[in-house]
Amino acid sequence: MNVELRNTKTAAEQGLSDAFAAARSTLPGKGALAGLREAAFNRFAATGLPHRRIEEWKFTDLRALMREAKPLAGPAGVKPKGDIAPILSGVEAQHVAIVNGRYEPSWSDLKGGDAGVTIEGVFEFLAESPDYRLGQVPGSDDPAHWLNTAFMSGGVALRVRRGVAAARPIHIAHVFSGSAGAAMYPRVVVIVEPGAQATLIESFSGPEGVDYQVISALELVIGDHARLDRIQIGCDGGAALRVSSLGATVGAKAGYRDFTFTLGGAVVRNQSFVRFAGEGTEAALGGASLLKGRQHVDNTLVINHAAGGCVSRERFKSVLDGESHGIFQGKIIVEPHAQKTDAKMMTRALLLSDAAEADNKPELEIFADDVICGHGATTSAPDAALKFYLMSRGIPAAEAEALLIQAFIDEAIEEVAHEGVRKALMFAALKWLGSRS
Amino acid sequence: MPLLEVKNLHVEVEGKKILNGLTLTIEKGQVAAIMGPNGSGKSTLAYVLAGKDNYVVTEGTVRLGGEDILGMAPDERAAKGLFLAFQYPVEVPGVATMTFLRTALNAQRKQRGEPEFSTPEFMKRVRETSAQLGISQDMLRRAVNVGFSGGEKKRNEILQMAVLEPRLAVLDETDSGLDIDALKIVADGVNRLRSPERSMVVITHYQRLLNYIVPDVVHVMARGRVVKSGGKELALELEAKGYAQFAGEAA
Repeated sequence: MNVELRNTKTAAEQGLSDAFAAARSTLPGKGALAGLREAAFNRFAATGLPHRRIEEWKFTDLRALMREAKPLAGPAGVKPKGDIAPILSGVEAQHVAIVNGRYEPSWSDLKGGDAGVTIEGVFEFLAESPDYRLGQVPGSDDPAHWLNTAFMSGGVALRVRRGVAAARPIHIAHVFSGSAGAAMYPRVVVIVEPGAQATLIESFSGPEGVDYQVISALELVIGDHARLDRIQIGCDGGAALRVSSLGATVGAKAGYRDFTFTLGGAVVRNQSFVRFAGEGTEAALGGASLLKGRQHVDNTLVINHAAGGCVSRERFKSVLDGESHGIFQGKIIVEPHAQKTDAKMMTRALLLSDAAEADNKPELEIFADDVICGHGATTSAPDAALKFYLMSRGIPAAEAEALLIQAFIDEAIEEVAHEGVRKALMFAALKWLGSRS
Repeated sequence: MPLLEVKNLHVEVEGKKILNGLTLTIEKGQVAAIMGPNGSGKSTLAYVLAGKDNYVVTEGTVRLGGEDILGMAPDERAAKGLFLAFQYPVEVPGVATMTFLRTALNAQRKQRGEPEFSTPEFMKRVRETSAQLGISQDMLRRAVNVGFSGGEKKRNEILQMAVLEPRLAVLDETDSGLDIDALKIVADGVNRLRSPERSMVVITHYQRLLNYIVPDVVHVMARGRVVKSGGKELALELEAKGYAQFAGEAA
């Protein structure tokens, strides 16, 4: 990325510097980890918050959107009653709570655990796994990632042992708890060993009126012949700012499905960097966003076919109401030796209001010659001919439109293999539609 | 009182005048054929009756059962008992045919202040008709018209008509794109729905359909108005002589 040195810091950048200076001696991890934090913060400090002249961030100008740096979130209080993520109520899973950026066993419900699945605090994991090199994932050369590394306050490491099919989905619930805005920096490591299988749900939620900030990072290592279904659910409060980075390395003949569902948050950026490191892997990365008001949601994807014979499908849909702004940036890179790559990317935006805006930026960088690659993008209002057809059968305008929007978004949610989660997301979409009228 | 009364209807589409003082009366229980050359305004009449929004009525009235419908939205007209079988039924991805039918039927009943149909009652009504029209359970589960053949789409239109039980059905070129077997199935479906309580306007370019759906009256349209009306024999006459005789009349 472009590096630009500046002398003047914004209030948020100054706040981050002050926060780091104050927290560096108390943040968890000594020795190498402290060095990692220091290096990451220095890199961040040299460039500052990304802004519109940084190509990768051109639509999400964090320098303008992030007015101030919030103080680091304090420890969680007592767990409130009820489901930790109401959107998933009824979905049988091991619930792992990361509250205000720290793993909170007392908020979690591991249900006794499942065979071959280990879940522990991320720093405990790092202390006992000297071979694991934190941050060695695609996409770590990025300001949001540096910030997470500098400030990471906790999180979990999840490991699914070789050949094990996890009995239940593992749900990592990122929760902000508090009545005043603060920042949390959770770090999650997920290792799906060769031949293992799991469904991973990652949710983000927080109170409605609190302007909290989340800079999260997930690193994912998927072994050869392993299968992972990951579903990320963004239900942040309406004033929240969140940047979530995913860095994934996928082995040979693996199966990886990833779905990003976004409903909440004032400013959200989901950035996923995926590298196919072994041949013959099949992957599907999809998403659905339902936005209203002045929400700004950016889904950015960089898919690197570094090995041949992999199939990837990228399908993202968004429904944009009010003055919301939806962004999709998708880059597919095919490295010179990655022959027989088959990659197709499609993005569709449905605009429900004249003031809503959708930006699509697909990019293909193909260095191999024997490949099938393509991309497509559409942005449109609900189809007038379809609406007339439904109305001519007696369905009132608002109901006809809702039916068409529901069909549009359900088609994306269909990608979610886990039935319970799929139904939960469809129900959430229906509720969102109901809240429009 | 006639069921449908169209008087001196003038309609523009994108600034172009298509209907030019059309007057038409359909009696209760009557099956009326509307024939005419391409561009005579037949499909425009169908759309304007159903309430398509880019069709601008500049003059004239349309009354259904004595009630002015021109100010009504398409769904209100449907609830008043108007049904349009589309010439080109659209595909509605993601909306299952069964869901669509139930939503439409109950929306109409709600607008009329009638109770919603129970599921078993509804299923029974759909099953009987779909079997007669050769529409499989699989088709009912699939999204409306998605991947349907031309004939299947037309049969689906007739199924909707049977389920919704309109008092005025407008069939816009229901015969177009159908082979003879498909035409017979569709015509049989329409004939089963003939009743003293239901009127139909059958729009067609060719006389062929009228061998199977025998009309009570035939109206000929040219240049945006009805230029001739007569009995079913008028259709045969048109078949023999063509539309050239009307080409200059309505100018």
